[in-house]
Amino acid sequence: MVIESKNLTFSYNEHKKFSFPDFSCSAKETLLILGNSGKGKTTLLHLLALLQTPTGGSIRLKGEEISQLSPKNAAKMRAENIGIIYQKSHFVASLSVLDNLLLANYLADKKQSVERATELARSLGFAEHLNKKTTQLSQGEQQRVSIARALMNNPSIILADEPTSSLDDENCEKVIQLLDNQSNKIGAALIIVTHDQRLKDRFSNRVML
Amino acid sequence: MNISKISWQNILNKKMNSFLCVLLMTLGIAIISLLVILSKQLEEKFSKNISGIDMVVGAKGSPLQLILSSIYQIDSPTGNVYLKDVQEIAQNPLVKEMIPLSMGDNYQGFRIVGTNKKYLEHFKAKPAQGQLFKMPMECVVGSLAAQNLGLKIGDTFSGSHGLDAEGEKHDHENYKIVGILEFNNSVVDNLILTDLKSVWKIHEHSEPPAAETESAEKHEHHEGEEHHEEENAELDKREITSAIIKFRSPMGMMTMPRNINQNSKLQAAVPAIEVNRMLELLGIGVDALRILAFVIMLISGISVFVSLYNSLKERKYEMALMLSMGATRTRLFLLLLLEGVILSIIGYLLGILLSRIGLLLISGQVGKKFHFDISQISFQNEEIYLFAVALLVGILAAAIPSLGIYRLNISRTLADES
Repeated sequence: MVIESKNLTFSYNEHKKFSFPDFSCSAKETLLILGNSGKGKTTLLHLLALLQTPTGGSIRLKGEEISQLSPKNAAKMRAENIGIIYQKSHFVASLSVLDNLLLANYLADKKQSVERATELARSLGFAEHLNKKTTQLSQGEQQRVSIARALMNNPSIILADEPTSSLDDENCEKVIQLLDNQSNKIGAALIIVTHDQRLKDRFSNRVML
Repeated sequence: MNISKISWQNILNKKMNSFLCVLLMTLGIAIISLLVILSKQLEEKFSKNISGIDMVVGAKGSPLQLILSSIYQIDSPTGNVYLKDVQEIAQNPLVKEMIPLSMGDNYQGFRIVGTNKKYLEHFKAKPAQGQLFKMPMECVVGSLAAQNLGLKIGDTFSGSHGLDAEGEKHDHENYKIVGILEFNNSVVDNLILTDLKSVWKIHEHSEPPAAETESAEKHEHHEGEEHHEEENAELDKREITSAIIKFRSPMGMMTMPRNINQNSKLQAAVPAIEVNRMLELLGIGVDALRILAFVIMLISGISVFVSLYNSLKERKYEMALMLSMGATRTRLFLLLLLEGVILSIIGYLLGILLSRIGLLLISGQVGKKFHFDISQISFQNEEIYLFAVALLVGILAAAIPSLGIYRLNISRTLADES
């Protein structure tokens, strides 16, 4: 089991409390977390990404308890093991596509691999854009770049926040295919947080919020 | 990929903002560096020329004017005095040397100064070509004057009356050039030097009536005095403009100037005092400009501050993103700090460059009158402090807004935007 959670709770304040169902996900598997707006999807994602500390419960990554790590250790853990794809693609605007990919290596203190970046760009279909600024890319291309960025450090778990919500059926299918293929390739667990009902039947490991 | 590359890319990405910050810093640095060098040059020029001159005597008037006209040859003389009176002062045992000066004519704007060889010895001026003047109407030319006027040995010319090139010509007598002086970075470079007798000879024929009444007055004054010899009467009326006096001991400086000013028709001025007074007056202007330049640098700092503050607001998501990718806050803080530092270093380098270009232009403009010492173009000590100040401005201006990175809530920032 790559990741599993138990009795996870989080509260912003007294009125806004969340408690999440238990779930787990193993390598090369995909876990779908479905829920409508306001159900705490993004909160859950941030808990898993160690951007927030849960009020209670546990998260285990490869058997290790990670929910109460110090900010510094959390950042290290995140850089080494977790790839995140945000709903909206954001980049460091002043850098080229290639540099944005290498940034993932650099910030995780890993060797900057141009080969890895080129290989990902080729398999995700934006190899010809590597030297452009990210703002020159279309939305679809930007999303593929952010997928590539999440894969740069070969994480053991990939978190995707609403990766398909703004896409038409055809592109939705493509992106899911890509995510599935790529995480399989590096042997990572894939967790997709979404309200997109189209994905419901694709994956058997599902959690409803 | 490293933080300096990201900083640099960020600077390039906001060209106009960066340009403004650099421009302000450049101007501030250039003005200060220019001021430092120019005031240094000025002080050096002024103090070099007065070294060894303890006192100047001449007609009553402004002491500063007397110094400026007699030593630096830049103001009009205060008037004429009798050589005899000056010689009386020179008889004092405290006086080591008296060098008479007689000005009032020029050749195309370059002053013709009647003096004796001691003047040249004092300034250590040696002929580069030819020899020193021996006969009346022979003259030697300072190197810059020779260069600017295109004069050679053997050339003759007639001086004009007054200190401007437009003066009335004395064309009945011509000067003959017998020597060109070596460049020696002093006032001599811009002068045409001749024997005192030449000046007297030229003016004998054209004695203005005003001088006659003056000498008549003088006769009245001296009515009670005994007239020794008839020959001497002619010599007694010889006039000079002023004289440079060197003392044997500092005692002379203590007593003589006061004595002369109180008890004679002459005026004595001490160059060290007058030059200090003048530099002090100039110093006020230099200080004001210096303050202005520091204000410009400060504004540059504020513009770095505002620009980084705004961009940090714009780039909040970017920062949260980098934090979520494993960057430490300190690393991002350094990233932002580096932007300010890079901007101020660029501004500093351009400022130094600009000040050098300015110096070259200025020295080209004033080269005729104020020879520029090229060694001063090299890096100045003050400019190292200036570098520290520029760096400090950059660091402070960048640090204050960048501290915001330590307060950034990653989760909320990422959630707000998504």
